[in-house]
Amino acid sequence: MSIDKEYLQIEREKEWRAELRKKMANKDRTALNRTKMPEMDPYVRIQFQNKEVNIGLTEEQARQEASRCLDCPTPTCMEGCPVSINIPKFVKYIDAGDYLGAAKTLKETSALPAVCGRVCPQEKQCEANCFYTQKLKKDAVAIGYLERFAADYERESGLMSVPEVAPANGIKIAAIGSGPSSLSFAGDMIKRGYDVTVFEALHEIGGVLKYGIPEFRLPNKIVDVELENLQKMGVKFVKNFIVGKTSSFEDLKAEGFEAFFVASGAGLPRFMNIPGENYNGILSSNEYLTRVNLMNAANDEFDTPVIKGKNVAVIGGGNTAMDSVRTAKRLGAERAMIIYRRSRAEMPARVEEVHHAEEEGIEFINLANPVEYFADEKGKVNAVRIQRMGLGEPDASGRRSPVVIEGSEYDIPVDLVVVAVGVSPNPLIPSEVKDLKVSRWGTIEVNEDTMQSSIPELFAGGDIVRGGATVILAMGDGRKAAANMDEYLKSKHS
Amino acid sequence: MNQIVDKVLFSEKVAKFVVHAPRIARSRKPGHFVILRVDEKGERIPLTIAGADPEQGTIVLVVQRMGVSSSKLFELNIGDHILDVVGPLGKATHIYNAGTILACGGGVGVAPMLPIVEGFKKAGNRVISILAARNKDLIILEDEIRKWSDEVIIMTDDGSYGTKGVVTVGAEMVIQRETINECIAIGPAVMMKFTSLLTQKYQIPTQASLNAIMVDGTGMCGACRVSVGGRTMFTCIDGPEFDAHQIDFNELIMRLGGYSAEEKLAYERYML
Repeated sequence: MSIDKEYLQIEREKEWRAELRKKMANKDRTALNRTKMPEMDPYVRIQFQNKEVNIGLTEEQARQEASRCLDCPTPTCMEGCPVSINIPKFVKYIDAGDYLGAAKTLKETSALPAVCGRVCPQEKQCEANCFYTQKLKKDAVAIGYLERFAADYERESGLMSVPEVAPANGIKIAAIGSGPSSLSFAGDMIKRGYDVTVFEALHEIGGVLKYGIPEFRLPNKIVDVELENLQKMGVKFVKNFIVGKTSSFEDLKAEGFEAFFVASGAGLPRFMNIPGENYNGILSSNEYLTRVNLMNAANDEFDTPVIKGKNVAVIGGGNTAMDSVRTAKRLGAERAMIIYRRSRAEMPARVEEVHHAEEEGIEFINLANPVEYFADEKGKVNAVRIQRMGLGEPDASGRRSPVVIEGSEYDIPVDLVVVAVGVSPNPLIPSEVKDLKVSRWGTIEVNEDTMQSSIPELFAGGDIVRGGATVILAMGDGRKAAANMDEYLKSKHS
Repeated sequence: MNQIVDKVLFSEKVAKFVVHAPRIARSRKPGHFVILRVDEKGERIPLTIAGADPEQGTIVLVVQRMGVSSSKLFELNIGDHILDVVGPLGKATHIYNAGTILACGGGVGVAPMLPIVEGFKKAGNRVISILAARNKDLIILEDEIRKWSDEVIIMTDDGSYGTKGVVTVGAEMVIQRETINECIAIGPAVMMKFTSLLTQKYQIPTQASLNAIMVDGTGMCGACRVSVGGRTMFTCIDGPEFDAHQIDFNELIMRLGGYSAEEKLAYERYML
């Protein structure tokens, strides 16, 4: 998203901001240390599937942290934000003690601030571009913690503001899928006055925020509040509806929908295709997390079963792998292991998640790759054979590539294996649309500047375009698609 | 949404439900299935659609009481609502004029077979249907199948109706008697396995419709994976029908028991 520099300047020169800057000398601001996020004790938290690990900053902590921000004339932090949040403005509102003002600022550009404050990799985005990180070589202002603080404060205050919505223009549009990309799109389009319907295949709205990310990282009630907010703005949600299957695109056009935003996600788990991988007790992270998060399988009152392993191996080193292994620990695993083919330095998971996992007693078997599974006479997995790896030259991703160490195989006893080695785009939607250009990986091809596909009235974003990325990049796509679909529809109607 | 407008008991454990689901009724084709959830605590379970009336906006589902979820559904009555129904899912059956079709249905597998038999008949095929079950009470939808078949053979394990014997006995008799161009097998995994072995012997192309364990039904979880021709496929989006001769039925049977311990415990709790 492009940043409107003039608007930033006007905002920055407002009296309250200028006053605030004068209140404290920059050398005093930079002398402060970054606030530590209060956390639940690891020994306590591993007993609860649904208790959040990060507790959140106190008002005092938040204000002090916000006072570290220098309110730079050129806020480089914003360049790292895929949804272009006016970061200095919201941080300075916190500094001034106007927490509701901070929350309102977040909602100008982000449909899900309480979510982003929890799951965004800020250390790679806004905080990586912070003046502290870049120029002072100090710990960045904890923008993520502050974002979460403002959103939580507003929610708990009971004074949630509903963003302003333009008068209805009567144009019907649809968003397909109800994950972060769609929600972000829907929020922007409803603000512009469109009649927005979000179609979801599952029985719950929220996509990966509900079925994927565990409650100890993102409580469902947080997501629900953000959904209610969109509902108050006028967004309609339809569950149990697969566009292209339940009704075709043509049917929906006949019902008056003029344009579509496809954000159906990367819902196709990858497996490694190694011997024994289809034994019972070996499942994708999607399946494992869906059973526990969406279906409440760990609770005996619910009908969906889940295997509660004692020796659990999770294959992979991303955030989903961390979510899976930490879930297994909470469901009673005595030994919960990560098996990852590179070393810790190459792990794609957020540093915070790896750190939390370590605190919780997760075992890391790095530089190791499964090559075969073994099972008992009933076909239930009982061992994984792993092969040790060394690190070779950097590959296309810039990370050092793993190299097999011959003859290094050994077996580890397991009774549950969760495969978290990535996902592919869900083929359900692309296969139902004639003439839609799809890459050889199955992702929908779009113009990167507009998110428009080969079919003019069809835009796409999130993992169905990227193949597997983060919540915030998906949200950025949603915003970009909204802006461009708006242009497209305006020119059509003029 | 999803109101039950009719319920017919076929036997003590098998019932037919007619459910109001207008969009699905319009869109579904033979071979499609739905995923449903009976209540807030329920599982998502797949059920193949046994018929539809687009004008009335209804679909037909046939349920056999087995574990917790099928029992909960079975116990619903006319006027009740099923909380969630989503579909139609899966790939539709490839229906064309093949010549002579042998359709083998075991137990409640006859229900999803009905629209397929109808489809093949309407496409101009000669259709021979075999309905097989343990006993007379478990033979379902005979009249409906007869409507779309040139010949119907009934097989029961105990000989209480039709000919005594399993489905393959009847199938082999037909195969030896006349040329069969394509075979359809729908029923318990073991029944499909042996039907497939038989038709493989006679080199008759055979489609089997699989009843794998599923969670979402949209390709997301991979619980329904099955080996077909040495490749892992997802029953929900690549199937539910596959070339039977390529299916690893032993693996399928093993995987169907993947949660048997958990399911048994849950059923005991449910019956208390």
